[in-house]
Amino acid sequence: MTEGYNFAYLDEQTKRMIRRALLKAVAVPGHQVPFGSREMPLPYGWGTGGIQVTASVLGPDDTLKVIDQGADDTTNAVSIRAFFARVAGVATTARTAEATVIQTRHRIPETPLTEGQIIVYQVPQPEPLYKLEPSRAATRRLHALSEYGLMHVKLYEDIARFGHISIAYDYPVMVNGRYLMAPSPIPAFDNPKMHMMPALQLFGAGREKRIYAVPPYTAVRSLDFEDHPFRTTRAPHCCELCGSDTSYLDEVVIDDRGGRIFVCSDTDYCAERRSTQQAAA
Amino acid sequence: MAYVAVKGGEKAIANAHAWLAEERRGDTAVSELGTDQIAQQLTIAVDRVMGEGSCYDRDLAALAIKQARGDLIEAAFLLRAYRTTLPRFAHSAPIDTAAMRVRRRVSATYKDLPGGQVLGPTFDYTHRLLDFALAAGTAPPPAPQAEADGAPMPLVADILGHEGLLQRETRSDETPRDLTREPLQFPAERDLRLQALARGDEGFLLALGYSTQRGYGSNHPFVGEVRMGEVAVEITPPELGFPIDIGDITVTECDMVNQFAGSKTAPPQFTRGYGLVFGHAERKAMAMSLVDRAMRAQELGEDVTAPAQNVEFVLYHCDNVEATGFVEHLKLPHYVDFQSELETIRRMRADAMAARETAEAGE
Repeated sequence: MTEGYNFAYLDEQTKRMIRRALLKAVAVPGHQVPFGSREMPLPYGWGTGGIQVTASVLGPDDTLKVIDQGADDTTNAVSIRAFFARVAGVATTARTAEATVIQTRHRIPETPLTEGQIIVYQVPQPEPLYKLEPSRAATRRLHALSEYGLMHVKLYEDIARFGHISIAYDYPVMVNGRYLMAPSPIPAFDNPKMHMMPALQLFGAGREKRIYAVPPYTAVRSLDFEDHPFRTTRAPHCCELCGSDTSYLDEVVIDDRGGRIFVCSDTDYCAERRSTQQAAA
Repeated sequence: MAYVAVKGGEKAIANAHAWLAEERRGDTAVSELGTDQIAQQLTIAVDRVMGEGSCYDRDLAALAIKQARGDLIEAAFLLRAYRTTLPRFAHSAPIDTAAMRVRRRVSATYKDLPGGQVLGPTFDYTHRLLDFALAAGTAPPPAPQAEADGAPMPLVADILGHEGLLQRETRSDETPRDLTREPLQFPAERDLRLQALARGDEGFLLALGYSTQRGYGSNHPFVGEVRMGEVAVEITPPELGFPIDIGDITVTECDMVNQFAGSKTAPPQFTRGYGLVFGHAERKAMAMSLVDRAMRAQELGEDVTAPAQNVEFVLYHCDNVEATGFVEHLKLPHYVDFQSELETIRRMRADAMAARETAEAGE
């Protein structure tokens, strides 16, 4: 552990302030709670909100997993994992099932999360309405009034113009039938995993200074219309490495003649499947 | 098929850091830059980093500049990340800029005034010709010296205030809000706005201030006064109960005086835009005072039409550490989102082409 810094970097007063915000967020699912976000030794946009939330919930006995784009070995995931290994000395893992706290950017693991686990999302833009109404003073009022007509009209206009809803990621959800929430830029493919998830879901937006949460077993509904139900999309292929035809895939360009393959975005899921297949063979 | 899942992020990061350190040092045949040299000879850069880093420490700012290879926003970020870990011992009393040990003071509204005009160490009337003697390292001739006459230099704002021509600012002994501890919320009062501007990006404020001069939220500004020099910082330790002087800091202050036609509630008078920045930072202090005045539009019953008058717009976008983080984060991996966009676009294109074929077949 790094000398001269408190456990998990943040001082206890700051953790206390963040935990208060977290408790409020859990009590009002989907509601954005302003908090006194601190300047972190990593840049804004690199997950400072998620890092502050993780630092505030992490205990010495926790096992931490950090993923970016579903992968444990992307540079920013490596960097954040190394940060916590350094300032908190906690055990880290790449295995979803072994982790007690999972910090993520842009994905929810394929392996279903269980009770007792916490997933911390890094959030660039907590306000789901920001493209429709840039003033946060105005959007705060819209949330207070549950006035989400703007978003419904946007979705309707998409269907009228394109025949589909054109939002592919950060697809807006209604939490507990009350608050419209940005699920962070996860692909819409991951949205159904949030619904009635047994794990606690925490969201941290450092630059925008907002925290929100979805408690375990809470209804999370992706916005849709009766005649245009919510649909998920994934590349219609199998993983080149493990053969999965249900996981979310990354498209990898392998030459300059249009050659490409598809592989699991969740590296732990893919590796687990391959080792099971090898054991069976 | 030569694809293997990318591994080795950790090693790549370590290698990148090593390369960065080497680039920072440059040619080792050239002597290494000392932080004392930066603190002494790149003073304006140090001042800017202290201001935008919200931490008055010349040595740390000089170190940050060296570590950041001269990238001043990166240096401000380094200083802020350090600052946020420091304990807070006390709040200082408001500094008294009327009692400043002035090194520079100019007023554009009065030809002469008590205490006089003092040009001080300014670029203002230098001819911008590259000085090749400086490149050769020639020592400058000593600057002429004279005894200060010790005459008081009252603030121009106070001179105007005596006549009631300048709108009186509301006095408050309330502890000002602190946006480094609490999230920014709206409506944001002037204490919070000024704090945000004082930490704000010089370039952003310069452009916004400039925009008000070109008609986007017109101000009719006059520089009542710009002054730069040293002021004492005082705190009152609870165990003593009386203020003690803990040292001097250099600040630049700008009082921008603006015409105001009056409103239903206020007689015609001048109003003030205010700028106060650590160190010698005249451009920033002046720009700050223009933007501060522009953001008072609503309070003064003026139309809010221009970007500089939109408090939320200015405050959310003036912080360069936040801005650079979010702009630069676009280079982080986004392949998951991009993949979902790819699939959506492919589906929409397939639908559009199918629709076109159906239409053509029907013709």
